[in-house]
Amino acid sequence: MRVKGLGELERSIMDIIWAESSALTAREVGRLIADRDLAPTTVMTVLDRLTRKGFLQRTRDGRAWRYEPAASRDAYIAELMLEALDLTGDRSAALTRFAQAVSGSEAEILRRALTELEEE
Amino acid sequence: MITAATLAALAMACGLGSWRLTTARWTSRAPRIAIILWQSLGVAWGLATTGAMLAYAVQPYELGVLQSLIAFASGEPPRQSWDPLHVAAMIAGLAALAVLVVVLITAGVQALRARRRHRVLLALIARDDPGVPGVRVLDHPSAAAYCVPGLRSQVVVSEGALKLLSHDELTAVLAHEAAHVRERHDLVLLPFAALRRALPWSKVAFDAQGQVELLIEMAADDRARRYCSPRRLATALLRFGTAGAMPTPQGMLGVHAKNVMARVDRLIKPGPSLPATARYGIIALSVTLVTATPFLWTIQL
Repeated sequence: MRVKGLGELERSIMDIIWAESSALTAREVGRLIADRDLAPTTVMTVLDRLTRKGFLQRTRDGRAWRYEPAASRDAYIAELMLEALDLTGDRSAALTRFAQAVSGSEAEILRRALTELEEE
Repeated sequence: MITAATLAALAMACGLGSWRLTTARWTSRAPRIAIILWQSLGVAWGLATTGAMLAYAVQPYELGVLQSLIAFASGEPPRQSWDPLHVAAMIAGLAALAVLVVVLITAGVQALRARRRHRVLLALIARDDPGVPGVRVLDHPSAAAYCVPGLRSQVVVSEGALKLLSHDELTAVLAHEAAHVRERHDLVLLPFAALRRALPWSKVAFDAQGQVELLIEMAADDRARRYCSPRRLATALLRFGTAGAMPTPQGMLGVHAKNVMARVDRLIKPGPSLPATARYGIIALSVTLVTATPFLWTIQL
């Protein structure tokens, strides 16, 4: 896979860091995407950007920084889904959605309507 | 005085009209026209309410509201001296106007911020799927399909939605989302969401937002049905509704089931479209509302 741009690079680096259980240094991250012929400074720049955006946390380790994710991938997915399903409770107009799920007896009414439509 | 009274009457009429419109039946037969009427009612109500207070306040100037406000802002003294009642009306009117403007701007900024954060996260974690080109896929088992509006709008579906829907149903859902993007329904919704937040105690503002939310869905359904089978769109809706999403922290569900059924019904058995006379009548009313109120701001009766 070829690196397309900064966005794609941020994504690959986040994937690498999410996949590791321990905090990584820039050098270690660079090694894990070694086949991409990246300058070490580029990796450091991207790590720095991601830290400033709040996706990574870093701690000093001797002369280097160690980076770890601020939250898990699943936590971010859950955040997106909460907004997508309009469950954040603020009913903002930030997104437009297709439909929402309903619960219990009401779902039963919809289920019956669905069966009828499928049988016709 | 007559200007103030006319504007106050207009504001009342808009409030009453909005209240009637929240329960009107014809809206689902012509969602786009209903949206236009809602928008003009909103604009007219805002301008008439603030205008009524200000028209009373600026009586000492003996000019139209707008001209008086300009004179007031540039420090010109009125022809007659101020008295406490007019001063109070001035403060109330300007405050109401400021609240409306600030609330609208805040809602816009908040929506933009939420979208930016959403886009940044999508760039990091959503993937492309060769089966659905141009659509971002989220790896989550719940069913969701939505769009992040904006200049670079994005349509997103969840893994759960891909599993849930057949190919034709997915096409229908994507056509629906494309309609939202194309018609910029987010911009339609924004002022109503803002108004509801500005008037949290108002049932009309709450119902208005709910109605407009439903109407833009119907408008998107109408556009989508030109490109896909309405029946598949209906089954997709029902499947979404019964998919059993994440547990819900708040009790908005009753409305959702009713809305889903209303949309399904009109997809399967489209009612007769609104007669042309009714359509033109409503549009004429909307145009009158949005032109008459600004006009009343500029004249003194």
